[in-house]
Amino acid sequence: MDLIIVYAMVAMAGLGITAAVVLYFVAQKFKVIEDPRIDQVAEFLAGANCGGCGYAGCRNFAEAVVQKGSLEGMNCPPGGAEVMAKVAAVLGLEAQASDPQIAVVRCNGGKAHSPQKVNYDGAQSCASSAALFAGEGGCKNGCLGHGDCVTACSFDAIHIDETTGLPVVHDECVACGACVKACPRNIIELRKRGPKDRRIFVSCVNTEKGAISKKNCEVACIGCGKCVKICPFEAITLQNNIAYIDDAKCRLCRKCVAECPTGAIHELNFPVKAKAAEATEAVEN
Amino acid sequence: MRLKTFKIGGVHPPENKITAHKAIESFPVPTLARVMLHQNLGVASVATVGKGDEVKVGQVIARQEGFISSSIHSPVSGIVTKIEECVDASGYRKPAIFIETKGDEWLEGIDTTSALVTEIKASKEEIIKKVTEMGIVGLGGATFPSQVKLMVPEGNKAEYIIINGVECEPYLTSDHRLMLERPHEIMIGVQLLMKASGASKALIGIEANKPDAIDLLTKVAQEYTNIEVYGLKVKYPQGGEKQLIKALTGREVPSGKLPISVGCIVNNVGTAFAVYEAVQKNKPLVERVVTITGKGLKEPGNFMVRIGTSIADLLAHCGYNAEHEAKIVSGGPMMGKAVTTPDIPMVKGTSGILVIEEGVERVAIEPCIRCGRCTRVCPMGLEPYLLAMASSKKMYDITEANAVMDCIECGSCHYICPAGRPLLDYVRLGKSETGKIMRSRKSVQ
Repeated sequence: MDLIIVYAMVAMAGLGITAAVVLYFVAQKFKVIEDPRIDQVAEFLAGANCGGCGYAGCRNFAEAVVQKGSLEGMNCPPGGAEVMAKVAAVLGLEAQASDPQIAVVRCNGGKAHSPQKVNYDGAQSCASSAALFAGEGGCKNGCLGHGDCVTACSFDAIHIDETTGLPVVHDECVACGACVKACPRNIIELRKRGPKDRRIFVSCVNTEKGAISKKNCEVACIGCGKCVKICPFEAITLQNNIAYIDDAKCRLCRKCVAECPTGAIHELNFPVKAKAAEATEAVEN
Repeated sequence: MRLKTFKIGGVHPPENKITAHKAIESFPVPTLARVMLHQNLGVASVATVGKGDEVKVGQVIARQEGFISSSIHSPVSGIVTKIEECVDASGYRKPAIFIETKGDEWLEGIDTTSALVTEIKASKEEIIKKVTEMGIVGLGGATFPSQVKLMVPEGNKAEYIIINGVECEPYLTSDHRLMLERPHEIMIGVQLLMKASGASKALIGIEANKPDAIDLLTKVAQEYTNIEVYGLKVKYPQGGEKQLIKALTGREVPSGKLPISVGCIVNNVGTAFAVYEAVQKNKPLVERVVTITGKGLKEPGNFMVRIGTSIADLLAHCGYNAEHEAKIVSGGPMMGKAVTTPDIPMVKGTSGILVIEEGVERVAIEPCIRCGRCTRVCPMGLEPYLLAMASSKKMYDITEANAVMDCIECGSCHYICPAGRPLLDYVRLGKSETGKIMRSRKSVQ
């Protein structure tokens, strides 16, 4: 064998060994000790990086929850109770029961209820048009219908209904709250999903006086306070000409829905049967 | 004569100055005046009268609140019927004072004659005090309280008073008519501004499409010392503060700084006239010249109108037919804002009302092809396509790094875009959001 090859091999091997030794010590010195539980927690999370938990992404949430060592105020909205139970198991904690939530659109002033008074042909963005004018129907708090909430949703769970011009939330909603932040009019709210997805809420956020709200929209809350009086559980409050139903106190009795003179209080997913039966009863009487 | 102009960007929209030959008419006093409480840039004024109070023309009805604010005077004489919210140009409700007119009785001490008062008796401090008391704001459209401009901050020195007679907005002719009809008043106003700010020289800039105004003002200026009149090349937005300074003095206002940092104070000719009336005639800002224009109007014209007059009344006077018109714009076509209803009151900043006839439509919005025309026409040297894109995607770090705060919202980019993209709408949004972020960061520090 040519001697030069031997020299080269020895030199390379020597270099390799030296580098390996240096790297070994450097690695020991600058070792980042990471809690193995972070990886375990991150594995269970949804991986959507939606930001619904309030952290920059899933990994960030995992780091935060491990560091905190408790589950107080920590929740993964897309994962729900199931994921949080797994996270709790990793951390050796008791999972806190949290009611699943869903986004609710609190405006019913669509094309039919709040007729168009002017025609807006500028940039199709709610944030931009809210800064320019009150809205095509004239309501200063109403939905502008350009779909900033739709763009913000990473779960394809909210869409604009072409006939009404209003956004509709679908079952896919994980209550990450991206649409809540995107809406310049603060119309969207995260509320309890409710048993069997049954919910009751005031579908209006207009704070103007009743007469003015009514002029712009026939289904506006006019702040008459009838619902406040009829509610047996004191779940409804009236402030700034607008009624608000506290979903923690509401027992879904539906008395307010029938009482509301403008139909601003909405009920969702209740069986139609009861209503139909009532109607036939009324006809028979 | 070599015409001056600013160096970068600019567009040439059709001028359409159809009311240029119409003399300023005095518009009748309205039967009901609605005076908005927020008429200036900065903090809104606070009402000092209540329901049932009797007021005379020129009486203070709302006082200044804070440093950048202005007081408001009653434009009519009569009785305050209520202080309630009133729909403004945007359709939002804002507080206003409603005054039912009875006769036209002016407050004592106000000189309402047209006699020229040439002798300047007031001292520097007295002029600033008068400008503050009389509620003078920048009448070019920005409604910045005038006294604030005149109080030169320490470490700065005012060298030039620059008078904006450019009126680069198409259609509008209120400044043009004022220059032709009140040249001496404007000159005295300019001298008052010079005295108040300590500036030794005044430069008046007028675009070359108003040769009669240039000739007249040049002639009149010879009777006064240190006032020079310059003709400027016709180019939009020549009337922008920074563009006008560049055109007349060759100086450039640094990013984020005020004109005073290069020794200039810019005022509109309308403001100069208002300052003359305030100081020499003791007359508060209760009326202004407004151009009511539009190709579909039977009788467009220029009017001296009391603040608080309904725009619907003005339009009715000019032969407005709601059936044939598509859009009412408060201001000019480039920077004006479409209004949601004609039944809104005039404010100090209303320089014109433009009615756009039916059939005129926006270019359909198509994708950006990166042709770069918006960048070429931007008078501030910005990249509107980039700012608009970043704003629409909420990337406010990019808008900040690309100087979105320097945008003067002239709309040249939006005007020139072959794809009809609403560039300015997005840039304006980005500007307001970036501004909020920058301010909150400052307050944390």
